[in-house]
Amino acid sequence: MTTRDIVFAAVGVVTALSALLSVTTKHVVHAALWLLVSLGSLAGAYLVLGQELVGLVQLLVYVGAIVVLVLFALMLTRAPIGPHAEIDTPWWQRVAGAVLGGATTALLASLLLPLFSGVSVDLDTPTTTTPQVAQAIFGTWVWPFELLSVLLLVALIGAFAVSRLVLRRDADERAPVPAAAATGDRG
Amino acid sequence: MIHLSLPAALAALLAGIGVYGVLARRNAVLVLIGVELVLNAANLLLVTAGSRPGTQLSAGPVLTLFVITIAAAEITVALAIILVMFRKAGHIDLTAVPDLTDDPADEGVS
Repeated sequence: MTTRDIVFAAVGVVTALSALLSVTTKHVVHAALWLLVSLGSLAGAYLVLGQELVGLVQLLVYVGAIVVLVLFALMLTRAPIGPHAEIDTPWWQRVAGAVLGGATTALLASLLLPLFSGVSVDLDTPTTTTPQVAQAIFGTWVWPFELLSVLLLVALIGAFAVSRLVLRRDADERAPVPAAAATGDRG
Repeated sequence: MIHLSLPAALAALLAGIGVYGVLARRNAVLVLIGVELVLNAANLLLVTAGSRPGTQLSAGPVLTLFVITIAAAEITVALAIILVMFRKAGHIDLTAVPDLTDDPADEGVS
């Protein structure tokens, strides 16, 4: 066990425990807040692994934007404050979910642990530094990177269109009486 | 020095917790939280694999950044759909019996 191993183990325990709490807590808002703790400590795990750029982007995008979006969605859907048993599926489905989750963990661990066992990296002389990552993004990966900006634009327009479509339909529903009376029975 | 089996174990654990979160929740936003955990397990695995010696093109960190961007796009559209569902149905319970009655407003659109 080296120092980085110990630090990573500490950060990883925080990540796993808060992730577990975020999927098991009965408080709706607490789930989002535990997700925030989990994603933030995962950013710390990236820092320990020597990828400071990925860690900072994780903080900016996940902790700064996605968790805030989730909290906004919870507020807009009038999430109940306080413990609420109605947010969970029935107990037998939760047991099945636990079995499946445990099976996923066991499968991935049995596949990945032999692959990475015994591999130790000296991160004090890292193989991929931030300048190298930047050069790779704007060199080799520049076209996927540009495509991603188009994807973000499409997602933005798509989210807007989905909410607008229903808004217009609701407006049609509210004042259809004169039109329906004029055209008569539509069958 | 760091042993890469620790991050690999954490990625496996996070993926399992995320799968449980997807299956054990009825609230649609909380199902999304489970999906986010699975995505983060994939990210951690990418970073771990990218820090192995001899990887080319900085593929690990670059693909992690790409996955983070795609996750942001995904959650934007997903939350828009959830808000529309809340406005139409009045709840975001994914196990509720769907309302299949004929909606006269649908005929005018299509």
